[in-house]
Formats: sequence, C-alpha cells, structure tokens
Amino acid sequence: MEWYSIDTWIVVVGALAAVACALLGNFLVLRKMSMMGDAISHAVLPGLAIAFLITEARASLTMFIGAAVVGVLTAVFTQWISRFGKVDEGASMGIVFTSLFAVGLLLIVQAADHVDLDPGCVLYGAIELTPLDVVWRPVLFGTTLEVPRAALVLAGVTLLNVGFVVAYFKELRISSFDPELATTMGINSNLMHYMLMTLVAVTTVAAFEAVGSIIVIAMLIVPAASAHLLTDRLWLMVLLSCVFAILAAVLGHLSALIVPGWFGFADTSTSGMMAVMAGVLFVVVMLSAPKYGILLKHIRKTEAVQ
Amino acid sequence: MPELADIWNVLFLRDYNTRLVVICTILLGCACGLMGGFLLLRKRSLMGDTLSHATLPGVGFAFMLAVAMGGDGKSLPMLLTGAAVTGVIGCWAVLFIRNQTRIKDDAAMGIVLSVFFGAGVAVLGMIQTMPEGSAAGLESFIYGKTASMVLSDFRILVLVTICVLSCSLLLFKEFRLLCFDESFAASLGWPVKVLDVILLGLVTAVTVAGLQAVGLILIIAFLITPAAAARFWTNQLDRMLLLSVLIGGASGWFGASLSAFYPRLPAGAVIVLVAALCFLISMLLGVERGVLVRWLRQTQLQHRIGRQHLLRALYEILEANRQGGELAIVAVPFRQIRGRRTWSDRSLRDCIRRAYDDGLVEMQVKEDTIRLTEAGLAEAAHVTRNHRLWELYLIEYADVATSRVDRDADMVEHVLGEKMVARLESKLQTYRSAGTLVPASPHPIVPGD
Repeated sequence: MEWYSIDTWIVVVGALAAVACALLGNFLVLRKMSMMGDAISHAVLPGLAIAFLITEARASLTMFIGAAVVGVLTAVFTQWISRFGKVDEGASMGIVFTSLFAVGLLLIVQAADHVDLDPGCVLYGAIELTPLDVVWRPVLFGTTLEVPRAALVLAGVTLLNVGFVVAYFKELRISSFDPELATTMGINSNLMHYMLMTLVAVTTVAAFEAVGSIIVIAMLIVPAASAHLLTDRLWLMVLLSCVFAILAAVLGHLSALIVPGWFGFADTSTSGMMAVMAGVLFVVVMLSAPKYGILLKHIRKTEAVQ
Repeated sequence: MPELADIWNVLFLRDYNTRLVVICTILLGCACGLMGGFLLLRKRSLMGDTLSHATLPGVGFAFMLAVAMGGDGKSLPMLLTGAAVTGVIGCWAVLFIRNQTRIKDDAAMGIVLSVFFGAGVAVLGMIQTMPEGSAAGLESFIYGKTASMVLSDFRILVLVTICVLSCSLLLFKEFRLLCFDESFAASLGWPVKVLDVILLGLVTAVTVAGLQAVGLILIIAFLITPAAAARFWTNQLDRMLLLSVLIGGASGWFGASLSAFYPRLPAGAVIVLVAALCFLISMLLGVERGVLVRWLRQTQLQHRIGRQHLLRALYEILEANRQGGELAIVAVPFRQIRGRRTWSDRSLRDCIRRAYDDGLVEMQVKEDTIRLTEAGLAEAAHVTRNHRLWELYLIEYADVATSRVDRDADMVEHVLGEKMVARLESKLQTYRSAGTLVPASPHPIVPGD
C-alpha cells in the first residue's frame, strides 16, 4: 500500500464530515430520531430540482440552499404530522420523505427534456474525488498545503456544530431527556428542536454534497450509539462519539485500500468502508463495553446464578 | 388528453400493455399494506427502509459468487436469494441490538441500514474493478422501474402475496397480541421472538420481491403510508388491516393507471403521491383519530367543562347570598360570575349562551344579569355536590389512591363506589348546613370581584 498526500486529505475530509455528523447524532439518537439523516438525504430531491429549474444551472450554492430548505421542511412536516395526527414519528418521517422524493422525481422528469439532472451524480459527491478540487494553497513550514474545497466547507460546518453544542449544551441536554421539564424551566424546547433540525439539514446536505450520503447516514447514528453504550454522561458521550467518528474515518480509508487486496481486488469505495468500520467499532463496543456490553453482562449474569 | 375509452381499458385491465404492471402494483400494494399495519403498530415503520438498504451487499455478494462459479452474474433468482439473505441478517441484527443492548429500535434500524448499505457500496466498488465487471445494471436492481415489469415479476409477487396473506390469517391472533402487548404475550408462554422473526421474515419477502419490481422508494412508502392512513379510521386491528390493504391496492391501481395515460409521469412517484393523498385525507377526516374528529371531541369536552364551571359558580353565589334555610333563585350580575374564575369575558359569554340554549339559565340583557332556571338549579346542585365530594376525597384519601383521581366530577359515583361516597357524605356532615342536599365546600375561598 502506498500513501499519498491525497490519502491524507481523504481521511481529513472524511473525519471532518464524520465529526460534524456525530456531534448532532448524539441528540438524534437520544431523541429517537436517528433516521432523520436518511430521511433528509432522500427528501432533498425536490429542493435540488426546484433550485435547478429556477436558476437553469447547476450552481452549487443555489442547489445547496434549495436542498437545505427542503431538509428543514422535512423535519417540520414530520413534526406536524406526528403532533397533529398523533402518528408514530418513524411513520410520519417515512411518509414525508417518500412523498417529497416522489415530488422531486416528477419535477426532474418534467425537466428532463433539456437537462440531464441525474439524482445519482448531482446528489452525491464522492469522497475519493474531493482532493482534486483544491481552492487554497497556504504555505506551512516550507511545504505547500493543497486544501480542497470540501475540507474548508466541512471544517466550517464542524465548527458551527461544535459552537452550537457547546453554547446550548445545557438546553440540549434537558430538552433531549425531558422536554416537559425543559419547558417548565423556561427553555423553549420547540425552538431547540427546530434549531437542531436546521443544523442537521445543513450538515446533511453539506456533507453528502461533499462526500456522499452513506457517510452522513452512518455517522449521524453509529458513533453516537457506540458512545451511548459506554457512558451515562452526555458530555463524555459527545466526546466519545467524535473519537469514534475520527477512528471510523481513518480505519475506513485504510481498509478501503487494504482489505480488497486480500480478495484479489485493487481497492474499493472509501465511504462504504467508513460506514462499515463505524459498524465494526460499534460491534466491538457492543460486546466489550464495561456496563452495557453484552459479554460482561453475560458474565455477571452467570456469576449471579452461581 | 387520453380518450375515455382508453381510461376505461386501463382501469379495468383490458389494455394488454398496462395490465401486468397494474396487477403487479395492486398485489404489492395489498401485501405491503397488510405488513405495514403490523409494522406501524410495532413502531417499526421504517423497517422497510432498513431492509431495502440491507439487501444491497447481498446483491453484490450474489453477483460475485455467480461470476466465481462461472455463471452469469445477473441471474435474477441468484440476486434475489442474495438480497433475501442479507435482508434476513439485517432483520436479525436489528432485533439483536434492540434486545441485547440499551439501543432503541430507531437507532438499531439506522445502524443496520447505514452499515449494511456501506458494505453494499464497498462490495459494488470491488465488483466494478472486476475484469468481468458488467456490474452496471446492479445498482438499478435496487432502484427498479415500475413500468418495466415482466411475467416472472408477476409470478414472484403472486407467490409472495399468497404467502403473506395466509401466514397473517393463520397467525392473526398471535401477531395481534405481539403488536399490542409483547410482554403479556411472552408471559403467556408464546414464542415471542419466533413470532417477531416470522413477521419480519414476511416483511423481508415482500420487500425483496417488490424492490426489483417497483423500486426502493415505492416499497418504503407502501409499507408505511396505507397503514398510517388506515389507522385514522378505526381502533380495531382487523378492520385497520383490511382498510390498509384496500388503500395500498387502490393507490397501486390508481397510480399505475394514471401513469399509463401520461408517459411523463413515472409510475412509482405517482403511486407514492396517491398514497400520500389518501393519507392526508384520512388524517383530516378519519372518523376515529382524524384531526377534525379529535378537534370536535376536544371542543365538546371544553363545552361540558365550561357548563359545569358556570353552574357551580352560579350555585356558589346563590349559596353565599342565602338568607335562612332555602336557596332562592335570584338574578346574578355578570360581573359577579366573571369574578369567580379566571375566564375571559368572551368565553364566559359563550358558556352562558350555550347554557341558555339548553334551558339552564335565563338572561336579562338590559341589566346584564343571569338567572338559573329550575332545571338549571337542579343540575347546579348536582354538579356542586359531586365537585365537593371530589375535593374532599382528594384532601383526605388521594395520597393513597392517586390512580382513582379523575378530573370529571360527574363520575364520582362510578369511580369511587357507593361506600366511599357515603363515607365522604358523612364526613362532610361537619360542613353541612341544614336544609340542603349540597354540603358546604371543605375549603371556602373568598372570590374576588
């Protein structure tokens, strides 16, 4: 295996995307809304289509805004249907994102005469290609760094999310565990919900535009779930989830380069392997966690029986 | 604009080209509607989403295996088997994570979805570098197209639908208990985990069969939307499932027909939107849990409570003004009633107007006073008595019997039983003044004016 500076950038971009997602993922997992990332990544299609039909160009900024707006709408509609219709949150999420996707599909087909707007290539970036789009060349210790656009965008999103989680940590904690208590304490848990959902939408769209949807969906859930098995403290859970996210990104790219070689293949998709590595870390934690791990729980149980 | 005869031919399956597609989507809508009902009640609606993503690595592995054995990588039975295998493993993983750890259903589904889909992407990434790599069509396996169904799809769908239908009928009682009270079913000694696996196995069968026929999004929608729509109309499982099957079938039928007239409308998207429309209509108009019905019920409840408040306020004012033994009906000024509670002018006027329509009070508009009628006084006495009994019960006993505290004062006899009411009555003797059936309030409050 040979390691180039491109590989370093792939890992950096992957880790940034993973950390940005994992930070917010903690609160999604605690609020039992883990599937939001998946829902948003399907639902943004009409946003992209409308942005395209209005501007008649594939400018990334308008596309981004269109997608982010529809992402927020997904969360809003989900909330409405589950509140006013008393429908299970998962079900209302499913109804909203399938309907929005269908609307997007119809719009695209209507416009398909004069454009090629393939959801597969507009929607999802490929992490392997991100280092090619260099926008900034700072000189550091005599070497020129070639910073890709995706790294800058995702660093911005990560900083935004870190700021949000740090600034509103108390509010997020209380409104995630006990919305009623939060309301009695004068915290607007509805506002917190929508702020969180807006950030989830922005992060999801920014990240899948840069690195592909699979990393987003996986990193919104898996690192946070792993961390949830290790600790009862929220701040520790948030920190651990970031550690797992970075580990998954590093191991993911390494295994994308190494593992296929064992079976006689050259290499494979980095984003897929990052998701798989997040899953492997989850399995390790699930088996070996001190308090909630399966193995130790099993051992304690057999000891108690004896 | 299509001719009327064409519409007729498509809707009633006379048109050869569209017949197969329409029948297939109807079948799939019915089967998914049935399974979706169970999933909805188990709060696992997104299981279809998880499952359909979890099939991807299976498709990839099956392709590799087929090529390694020297066969054609794209043989349908092989790919379907692969998809079903990883689908079942995915289901098992969701159940395992949920049962063995503190991770909840939604996160378990999300983990399986993303990790399996990631594995699928990785496997497909490897296949693309194979020398035999004619893998181009593999991804479209998971995004199938509704309009391109063939006879083999039809056979598979018929088989799956029959299988799903017969299993649900045979195990209806078991599935019902599983949906409503899993731990009770377990305590009865039923094999809850086996039942859960059978249920999810059926869902897997429907998903895999449907995926390559109609595509990912339609399957997910079919498994959620008809069931969620049916839920608004009834509280009974058998009726809900029947309705869900009908809605699923009807949206398949109508959506597929519609897209047959207009070639620019992709069938999958139209069907999803027809089902979503059914859902919206049901959400508004559903007779059991619809938004409109629940709003009406809420308003009625508020009216009843308002009426009780008004009568009690009037009664207590008369009680305070009483001279000697008998309670005399006198006109009470509006301001005085307004001062008894924190209610707005408007809501109080509404209350009074409704009480007037029911013949409980009379109004003198000029002096702005309100008078109880005889019937009104009788009901006011009843309401006030029950309210005071409740108050006393809450003061004396509620610390040991909070479960029996009911907000509606009307229910006092039904909830507490004759014995307790008699005991409360005798307790209230100390507060009771002579010559009236209504005991005095155990905690007199001097209202503001």
